Amino acid sequence: MPKGKITAVVGPSGAGKSTLLRAINRLVEPTDGEVYLDGEPTSAMNPLELRGRVGMVFQLPALFGATVEEATLYGARLAGRSADARRLLEMAGLDASFGGKAPQSLSVGEQQRVSIARALALEPEVLLMDEPTSALDEAARRRIEDLARGLNATLGLTIALVSHDLDQVERVADCVVLLAGGRSEGEWGREEFFSGPGERARRHISGRS
Amino acid sequence: MWGLETVGSALLTLALVAVAVALSLYQGLDLEKDIGVAVVRSFVQLAAMGYVIDYIFGLESLGAVSLLLAGMVGFAGWTSARRARGVPGAFVVAAGAIGVAAVATLGVLLLLHIVPPTARYLIPLGGMVIGNSMNAASLTLTRLRDDIAEQRLKVEAALALGATSRQAVAPILKTALQRAMIPLIDATKTTGIIFLPGAMVGMIIAGADPLEAVRLQIVVLYMLLGSVSIAAILVGLLSYRSFFTARHQLRTAPLER
Repeated sequence: MPKGKITAVVGPSGAGKSTLLRAINRLVEPTDGEVYLDGEPTSAMNPLELRGRVGMVFQLPALFGATVEEATLYGARLAGRSADARRLLEMAGLDASFGGKAPQSLSVGEQQRVSIARALALEPEVLLMDEPTSALDEAARRRIEDLARGLNATLGLTIALVSHDLDQVERVADCVVLLAGGRSEGEWGREEFFSGPGERARRHISGRS
Repeated sequence: MWGLETVGSALLTLALVAVAVALSLYQGLDLEKDIGVAVVRSFVQLAAMGYVIDYIFGLESLGAVSLLLAGMVGFAGWTSARRARGVPGAFVVAAGAIGVAAVATLGVLLLLHIVPPTARYLIPLGGMVIGNSMNAASLTLTRLRDDIAEQRLKVEAALALGATSRQAVAPILKTALQRAMIPLIDATKTTGIIFLPGAMVGMIIAGADPLEAVRLQIVVLYMLLGSVSIAAILVGLLSYRSFFTARHQLRTAPLER
C-alpha cells in the first residue's frame, strides 16, 4: 500500500478484507507472508508498539470513558503520552463543546468521528478503517469520507479502507486492492480499476452480497 | 417414633417431588427428566457420602479427610469446567482456584483455633466452602466467556489502541467478578431475616443451643465470603488469559460455539 495514499480493500463477503487489516496491526497473526511497515517487518515488532503506530477505526465506534474527552485520550493515556483532546476533536470535525459530553449522547456518526480523533491521538503513520461508514446514514457517511480525504491531504496520512461500497471507493481511494477467497486478485490505480476490473467487480460483489 | 429413623420414611417426602413433576407435566416445562435425574442422583450421592463420612469418622485420620476434600475439589472443578465449555484449560483453573480457596479458608479456621482439626468439622465446612467456590468459579468463567464474545468489538478496539489483554478485558472482568460475588453478599445481608441457613437449621433440629448454632453460622458465612472471593478472583485472573495470545490478540476459537 503506497505511503501517503488512500488504498481501498474491496471484495465479496468472506474474502478476508477485515482479516487483512487486522494482520497489519497484528490483531491477528498472519498465517503466511510478512507485513512491512515503512520497510520494517512487523513480525519483529512488539505488537503494542506496532498498534501505537497504526491507528484503527471499526464499523462501530466502541468508545471508552465517561466523557468524549476521556474517550479521545484513551489510547494516548495507555501509552503514557499527553495529547490535546480539543485539537484532536477539531481535526475530526467536532468543536470544543463536545469534549465534556457523554459519548452515548452523540449520534453514531459523531461517535465515529471521536473514534477517529482517538486514533489520531497516537499520531499514527497508517490509519486502518474497517467499513467505518457501514452503520451510518448517507449524510454522515459523506462527512466521514471527506474527513478521511482531508486527513490524507493535510497530514499525509496513509489510509487503508475496507469498503463494500464501490461508489465510496470511487470517491475516496487512490488505489484499489481486490480480494477474493483470501487472496489478492490484483492492485490498480483508481481510474485504471474503474475503467476495467471495477465494472466486473461491481457485478461480482453485488451478486454475492 | 418420628419419621427420620429409617430411609423409607425419609423417602415419603418424594410426595413433594411428585408435585414438582406434576407441575412440569401440567405446564409443559420439560423438566420431569431433569427432576428425576436430580432426585436419583442426590439420593445416591448423599447416601454414598453418608457412608464415606461415617467410615472416615471411624478412621480418625486427617489424611483420609484431606483425601476426601481433594476428591470434592476435583469434582467441583470438573463441574465448573463443564459449565464453561469452550474455555481452554477451564478444569485446571477452576479446580486450582477452588482448592486454594478451600485450603486458605480452612487453614485460617484451624490456625486461629476456631474449629478443631477433626473430620466432624472439616468435612461439612469443607463441603460448603468447595460448593460455594464452585458456583463462584462457574459464574465467573461463563460470564467472562459470554461477555467477551458479546463485546468482542470493544475488546478489539481497546487492543488496537495499544491496550494489553489485561487492560482490554478489565471492564468485563470487573462485571464477571461482581456477578459471581453478589449472590453470596446478598444472602449474607438478608441472613436471619429472610432465611435461616442450612448449617444453623441443622444444628437447631439436632438439638443444639440456638446461640451456639448462630456462632457456627457466623463462622460459616464469613468463611464463605472469604473463599468465594478467593475462588472468583483466582479464576478471573487465571482464565482471562486463555482468551488471548501472548501477543495481545483475541482468540476467537473459544468464543465460537
